[in-house]
Amino acid sequence: MNHLLKILFIAILFSFNHYAVAEENAEGHNTAFDPLVMIAHHISDSHEWQVISYTNSHGEPVSISIPLPVIIFYKGQLHGFMSSAFAHGKAIVKKGTTNFKLYHNKIYVTDEEGRIALDEENHPINEQPLDLSITKNVASMWLSIVLILWLFISSARKYTTIPSKPSGKQSFLEPLILFIRDDVAIMQIGKEKADKYLPYLLTLFFFIWINNLIGLVPFFPGASNLTGNISVTLVLSVLTFLITSFSGSKTYWKHILLAPGVPGWVKIFLVPVELVGIFTKPFALMIRLLANITAGHIIILSLFAIVFVMKSYYIAPVSILMGLVMYLLEFLVAALQAYIFTLLTALFIGMAVHEEEH
Amino acid sequence: MGLLSPDPGLVFWTFITFGLLVFVLGKFAWKPILHAIKVREETIQVSLELAAKAREEVAVLETTRADLINQTKVECDGLIKAAREIKENMLNEAKGKAQEEANKIIANSRLQIEREKNEAIQSLKSQVAILSLDIARKLLEQELETTDKQKAIIDRYLNEVNFN
Repeated sequence: MNHLLKILFIAILFSFNHYAVAEENAEGHNTAFDPLVMIAHHISDSHEWQVISYTNSHGEPVSISIPLPVIIFYKGQLHGFMSSAFAHGKAIVKKGTTNFKLYHNKIYVTDEEGRIALDEENHPINEQPLDLSITKNVASMWLSIVLILWLFISSARKYTTIPSKPSGKQSFLEPLILFIRDDVAIMQIGKEKADKYLPYLLTLFFFIWINNLIGLVPFFPGASNLTGNISVTLVLSVLTFLITSFSGSKTYWKHILLAPGVPGWVKIFLVPVELVGIFTKPFALMIRLLANITAGHIIILSLFAIVFVMKSYYIAPVSILMGLVMYLLEFLVAALQAYIFTLLTALFIGMAVHEEEH
Repeated sequence: MGLLSPDPGLVFWTFITFGLLVFVLGKFAWKPILHAIKVREETIQVSLELAAKAREEVAVLETTRADLINQTKVECDGLIKAAREIKENMLNEAKGKAQEEANKIIANSRLQIEREKNEAIQSLKSQVAILSLDIARKLLEQELETTDKQKAIIDRYLNEVNFN
């Protein structure tokens, strides 16, 4: 009986295989759905925060988005206006004698007609102002900051002078804090020196983790790809690099610059390698986080894009099932990448502060 | 590629935001939390140590108490034993002394009795002698009242005497 039902279900499934899915894309033109455009749009930064986009009953694409403030610095002048002035790249914003236009989420200086000159590889050659806008990623980051500050400052208030049992979110956060303190900071850096670096390591871990999780929320105000953005991972790894370098002990630098205990001719090869190593370590940190988080976003988006590429609702269960599995994996990756970044930072600091035992 | 080219605006804001976050959390979250945790850990450590020490002390007290009880028991037993011995000794001694006294008294009494008996015998002997003499005198007086009798006696004595 059970078998019969299964066969029947599969037969129905295949007979309706080519049930069409309404075509749509981000630009709103009546062109075929391009998953690459959709994915690129989702994982990159934007000057507006898209809430939802859909096609209304008249067949017109509707996109609801929150305009964000644009701050640009050009030729010694600071300009500020809302991103809605660009009208999704259709309008030219005139500030004084300069015209600005939004093209593929980047602001360019144009002539009065808003012409964008392209080179052979389709890259604009127009001048770009210094763009300090509050983009979607910045806004998302601030949202995460509010969340983090609320979480930890309200937890911190619960710690009174009289030792008490942790309760509520405190009992969830405390083991994590203790984990970072004991198994990351103290283990890698050592008991005496760990305290100094603990605020940085703790902030790093929770900043990356919570932003990874916000990135996994599929609807507004989540879904930003903040920790998968090179600008963010760059800042974090540069900070790690600076902290590591400035806390480097005499032994650390001696080992890198002089390579003691190695024959002279080997030093010629070893010292440059070690010097390059100072930079490759944070560079690897930067790329690892960026690649892992962006890859997760791309895979999940691709899985859901299958529905639109196949133009069938019947592929949806597959997408949902695989999407669910990927989501579970991404939850693990979110915590794991935050842990790895923090652990490696602690490891590098530990290597730098290590004093030779005489 | 757009993915790998850092955006100066985002770099700027991330740097500012993250820097501030480290500072603010460091001051208002990590410092009090880590401090409280440390205090709590130390309190627990100290409390555990104190509890262990108290337990040890209790154990020591327990053993001393048991020791004291045992010691007292032993002492008590010793005292009872000694008392019993003393009682026994005293009784024995008293018995011996009483026996001795009694024996002495008995011996004395015997000696007394002997002496008095002897004295009585002596006085009896002398009394008997006096009595005998008296009797003899009386007898003689009676016998010799008549000359006949005197003559008879003299005769008889004379008869008995052999004049050879």
